[in-house]
Amino acid sequence: MTADASDRRVHASLISVTRVYPATAGTQPVHALGPIDLELKRGEFFAVVGPSGCGKSTLLEVLAGLQPATEGMVAFEGRPVAGEVPDGIGVVFQEDASFPWLTVRDNAAFGLRRNGTDESEVRRRVDDTLAFMGLKDFATAYPAQLSGGMRQRVCIARTLVLQPRLILLDEPFGALDAQTRLLMGDEVLRLWRQTGATILLITHALDEAAMLSDRIGAMSARPGRFLDIVETGWARERDSTIVSEAHFGEITGRLWDNLRGESMKSLGYAGMYAAAE
Amino acid sequence: MSKVGWLRLVVIVGAVGALEVACRAGWINHRVVIPPSEMADALVQLLISGKFNEQIARSFGLVIAAIIIAVVAGFIVGVIIHALPRVRQALDPFFATYYAVPIFIFYPVMIPIFGLSVIPILLMGVLTAIVAMIISTLNGLDRVPRVLTKVARVHRMGRISTALRLKLPAAAPHLFTGVKLAVSYGFIGVIASEFILAPAGLGRVISDAYSDFDNRSMYALMLLLVVVATLANTLLHLFDQRWAERRGAGKS
Repeated sequence: MTADASDRRVHASLISVTRVYPATAGTQPVHALGPIDLELKRGEFFAVVGPSGCGKSTLLEVLAGLQPATEGMVAFEGRPVAGEVPDGIGVVFQEDASFPWLTVRDNAAFGLRRNGTDESEVRRRVDDTLAFMGLKDFATAYPAQLSGGMRQRVCIARTLVLQPRLILLDEPFGALDAQTRLLMGDEVLRLWRQTGATILLITHALDEAAMLSDRIGAMSARPGRFLDIVETGWARERDSTIVSEAHFGEITGRLWDNLRGESMKSLGYAGMYAAAE
Repeated sequence: MSKVGWLRLVVIVGAVGALEVACRAGWINHRVVIPPSEMADALVQLLISGKFNEQIARSFGLVIAAIIIAVVAGFIVGVIIHALPRVRQALDPFFATYYAVPIFIFYPVMIPIFGLSVIPILLMGVLTAIVAMIISTLNGLDRVPRVLTKVARVHRMGRISTALRLKLPAAAPHLFTGVKLAVSYGFIGVIASEFILAPAGLGRVISDAYSDFDNRSMYALMLLLVVVATLANTLLHLFDQRWAERRGAGKS
């Protein structure tokens, strides 16, 4: 796979990227990722699945500029990513990253105010985003007064209000129950369609990846590499009802075929798995 | 008021009432303890007469100064130590055992250095309170979720901006615990130092009243200290409770 900055369809790319965590006192260096190649096309929904500890979040953080690549090149909109998160990239983390000391409205307005955006513009964009995320009635509430799913929506609102062109979601629904995750998935699909942003979703849930994505990268156990890229072939207009379709089962089945052995490896069952084979 | 609040009030009123009855009935010698109503009356008379106003102003002024210095300096020192893990590792055992050492033993050392001025008392107040603030600052900064640092980087915030706009508010509940402790320790440090060697101040006046068998003045000033310290702590507690409810910490 090659990255071509002149290809306007390529929105972000990783070329032969590796990430090795240097040795610290009493520990060896950890080769967490790669070498890995990835091209995200403008406006696509790409999910990354893989066993625990395979480097999924490292991949996201390297792409975001939160971590440096040890080797290789990372680019966003044709420019190298190095040292800081480029303008136009928004990140939503798995952990609750809402600010408990601010109201929902002030949480959402945080980035705009930091950028020095005019207050009337802040108000307009925050109102629009809160309405879009179904948080309008909770604008004056504090995160502690909301459920986990709502708090995650606050974090998404804080990201969306900045109108990012690339949204990186690091297991954003990992802490939510299955039903809430399905509904949140619908919301993410809606925001993806309406914003036109490119989305990279890191998830451990095969069904979530199969439901939401145009393409899914299945990663190996550490050091993480792509074993397979699965094209889902879903129409852009889709929602959580596709989970009952036969094709949905085919996608998750193919993903599991790729990942079963890798998951066992990551759990230390490699020997057992080899014997069973 | 909540049921617990009422219960608390009943306990306090009951205890004061029991002491009143015990003193009035002669079960407690009047020369040892005077009834609470007499303490209150003596305090009112004393405040009206203005006899000790200068001492009261001096002591509370010192307490406030000690608290402010301990909170500000403790916070700054805490932030610096937090940024230097090796220094922290070296100092942690001292912090852990700091309150096991009766710090007042150093008071006589301060007299030859600073003389019988307000400085040794202020220093004792600061030294008693500051470590609580340092420890609370370290605890608070330890508990700032790591994800907030990532959020700060996503928003391209610098170190100072991250510290002031994210870490400080995130650590604020723990810092406030430090403030509450500093208030308590500030009172203890200043008043207890005045008891020991100071030429003036409430602690000194109480000590003199004790030596002169002037129970009315002694208990009146003790009552004043109890009321002011309780009031300060109650206000801080109420503020903390409201804040915690808003931030969700008060939820069961």
